[in-house]
Amino acid sequence: MKIIVGQGSCGIASGAAKTTAEFVKLISQRGIDVPVEKTGCIGNCYLEPIVDIRSDGGALITRYVNVQPDMASEIVERHIVGGEVVTEYAISAPDEGFLGSQERIVLRNAGIIDPESIDAYLAAGGYKAIQKALGGMTPEDVIAEVKLSGLRGRGGAGFPTWFKWNAARENASDEKYMVCNADEGDPGAFMDRSVLEGDPHSLLEGMTVGGFVIGASTGVIYVRAEYPLAIHRLEKAIGQARERGYLGKNLFGSGFDFDIYIKAGAGAFVCGEETALIASLEGERGMPRLKPPFPAQKGYWKQPTNINNVETFANIPWIIANGGAAFAAIGTETSRGTKVFALAGKIQKGGLVEIPMGLPLREIIYNIGGGIKNGKAFKAVQMGGPSGGCIPAELIDTPVDYESITKTGAIVGSGGMIVMDETTCMVDMARYFLDFTRNESCGKCNYCRVGTKRMLEILERITAGDGREGDIELLEELAVKIKDGSMCGLGQTAPNPVLTTLRYFRNEFEDHIKHKKCTAHSCKALITFSVTDACKGCGACKRNCPSDAITGSPRAKHEIDAAKCVKCGMCETVCKFGAVARD
Amino acid sequence: MQAAHTGTREHGVFAELAPVIAQYRGVRGSLITILQKAQDIYGYISEDTINYIASGTGITPAKIYGVATFYTQFRLKPIGKYLVMLCKGTACHVNSSDEIRAAINSYLHIDDGETSEDGLFTLNTVSCLGCCSLAPVMMIQTPEGEDTYGSLTRERVRDILSDIAEKERGAK
Repeated sequence: MKIIVGQGSCGIASGAAKTTAEFVKLISQRGIDVPVEKTGCIGNCYLEPIVDIRSDGGALITRYVNVQPDMASEIVERHIVGGEVVTEYAISAPDEGFLGSQERIVLRNAGIIDPESIDAYLAAGGYKAIQKALGGMTPEDVIAEVKLSGLRGRGGAGFPTWFKWNAARENASDEKYMVCNADEGDPGAFMDRSVLEGDPHSLLEGMTVGGFVIGASTGVIYVRAEYPLAIHRLEKAIGQARERGYLGKNLFGSGFDFDIYIKAGAGAFVCGEETALIASLEGERGMPRLKPPFPAQKGYWKQPTNINNVETFANIPWIIANGGAAFAAIGTETSRGTKVFALAGKIQKGGLVEIPMGLPLREIIYNIGGGIKNGKAFKAVQMGGPSGGCIPAELIDTPVDYESITKTGAIVGSGGMIVMDETTCMVDMARYFLDFTRNESCGKCNYCRVGTKRMLEILERITAGDGREGDIELLEELAVKIKDGSMCGLGQTAPNPVLTTLRYFRNEFEDHIKHKKCTAHSCKALITFSVTDACKGCGACKRNCPSDAITGSPRAKHEIDAAKCVKCGMCETVCKFGAVARD
Repeated sequence: MQAAHTGTREHGVFAELAPVIAQYRGVRGSLITILQKAQDIYGYISEDTINYIASGTGITPAKIYGVATFYTQFRLKPIGKYLVMLCKGTACHVNSSDEIRAAINSYLHIDDGETSEDGLFTLNTVSCLGCCSLAPVMMIQTPEGEDTYGSLTRERVRDILSDIAEKERGAK
């Protein structure tokens, strides 16, 4: 028997390190011989810290959830020593359903194996794919297999992987590079972090296969500095792989040399664009350049370079080991396989889900995600981050595949799925994304640099209650010009969040501009706070009000002076009777 | 993992940075790595540091400044002992990270990029920490490492910050 604690960033943030320490202490106090091990993120972030009791062979016996340190002694005494499941702490049947409709290829090992142990990866069938590739397949065979699988780039653009590999292969050069984009810049996306933290060897293996195919001997992982744990585990994994001879010279006696090193990014969203990423790898400002030449022709240090995203690479070992046809059997006609989504926002059960392509949004949000938090009404789901858009409630039966999502005006993107409820203001969401892209524009193209700023200013004044007649038309005009006048994907897609919200929620823009109303009661400038008859006169709001705007005697209904109110919402937060209303 | 910013610079002597420069001198494409190591050592990139890197690598100070200001990771001003990184990713925004920011503002009297008068805290808003299911989230970089805090409320953020301030007062 062994105890396994989930230690991804989310788990650690929920206290997994303290829980682990408590188990280690208790086990040693009792003098029992049960190892306490760590694993990556299993996906149910809302249940962290998660503690699995597994057999020596790794089979799951019981999963305990939300395990705080004070629960550890009971689990040790009753389960580890006494052999009885502590049912009150164990995962409930509905929560087990969170994993039910999922199909795990990318996340096949995440949350199961110890990410810091190469032996654990090997025991799970790791490094078999690279041996198969090197042991008798030609690069063309591998490309054919990847083509058969139908795998498309998981970073956002959805470009066929085999095509990119083939292009890089066909450009002859003594020096080529296999680059992994692990910069995961989309706010609201954490699929790649989970793979990096939970199964780093699968990325290394996928990159090695790719290196073999295109004829590269060097791999570079461009990983964001905001992921310190991911970098730590990658470094460890690379060290172990080198020790075993899975990276380095003459891999598996095939004569093929391949090594991987890490470059930590320094924080720039635009570096998700391939040519900007290459500039950053070269130590420059991460500014995109014109294509062609494409990276496959002239990339890193002007040599043929192939760039794929973490999730794309993590699929590769599975495809090689199980065959392209097995992958292609999952998903839809044009979108094969599975995709990992990061489910967050106003959702009951947030976390990572890996589903076959083509599953309807409703299935993901309601059956897997458990619906909307606090019994509120579902309003929209944002997909594709700052390049994507908001899909409204009436389109909830849209299947999640590249084509269907693009039709709505959003994109599958890298897999961020932010759920919004009736209290989310769509004008504010448009403002939020424009603020992001304006900040992240590299400044090279005028329309992107200045145009996004102008759009942001308009959205800011609308949310501040100063919207003018004609603002919507102005936004639409700027949106088209920014798309046309920008060189790279950042500018070309920056107006998308505004365009999709205008398409589906135009009335909200009009309410803000014409009636000075925010129907979601979210824009501070457009709401007033008042005390309702539910008030018991406890005085909590009065004591906590930072601007002394609340008056009232004990046990009598209180009043808010609108002239003094700074709309911080503190009264609403502290009121135990729900007696503060927004209008 | 982040170092503890213990480096000292005196009279133009960069004892801890010199070996870094020696290691990367002539290695093409190393500027960002050098800047990251310099910031690990000194906590920020000063004008002196830029000039020192320039003289050691032959890269012009203008170019180093250009790179240092392009990326959000680099700071040109010193920071407090505790760096509070408040996530403003989409999930955090939807879950009212603005209110958490207001709570930090009102408790520490600092806004984005500012350092508290006692030099203890610096607030930085960051684009996404990738703990979206625990939104709103912040990460605090301490001399010992990083701590991530999720599911924040105004009360909780105030408790976390006052615990740190308390501990520091006790240590004095």
